[in-house]
Amino acid sequence: MELQVIMFGIARDIVGDSKLKLELDEGASVGALKKHLIDGYPEMGRLKSISFAVNTEYVDDNYQLSDKEEIIIIPPVSGG
Amino acid sequence: MIKLTKDPIQVDEVINSVYDDGAGAVDVFIGSVRNKTEKKKVVKLIFEAYEKMAISEMEKIAKKTMEKWPVCKLSIVHRIGTLNLGELPVVIAVSTPHRSDAFAACRFIIDTLKETVPIWKKEIFEDGEVWVAAHP
Repeated sequence: MELQVIMFGIARDIVGDSKLKLELDEGASVGALKKHLIDGYPEMGRLKSISFAVNTEYVDDNYQLSDKEEIIIIPPVSGG
Repeated sequence: MIKLTKDPIQVDEVINSVYDDGAGAVDVFIGSVRNKTEKKKVVKLIFEAYEKMAISEMEKIAKKTMEKWPVCKLSIVHRIGTLNLGELPVVIAVSTPHRSDAFAACRFIIDTLKETVPIWKKEIFEDGEVWVAAHP
């Protein structure tokens, strides 16, 4: 399946774009997406953390992705 | 009142929004842009947010706060965009019947906001820039 992920902050700077399209197996997990990203962009692996959100809710590594959802990469937050 | 704003935060408006006849205390946290990080001189900060999730995470914090303390009213307002020295990125106000709960609830809100709300801060120095807290 083709996924489109949206990026903010340093994740966007690393990738060089606010949106990234990538191909993963049907029903791939967030963990698989994370590995795919770090393989493609080793700088992502050097961040303090990478979290993911689907439809504005945080999801853990076991969450199964679908190409119909809005997937967001959340690098370490620093509000306040 | 829970919101993100591109305009300067009106502190009075945030405080006024939590006054309540049942409240004996109002506690306010104001974040301000500091002129240095460690020894580097900061010129300005840029804040960006994943806006719809930032709002929903702030609403979750509000709900948790109301479960933990007898809150009369609370408000969380966060600024986004470019902020210069002395400007205010965040203002939080909480009213409760007694002061100890207002202090504790206000601290919980800012501490949790810094951990969970998808807002990112970039520090601009005279000779470079860095996304805050991105690396270990």
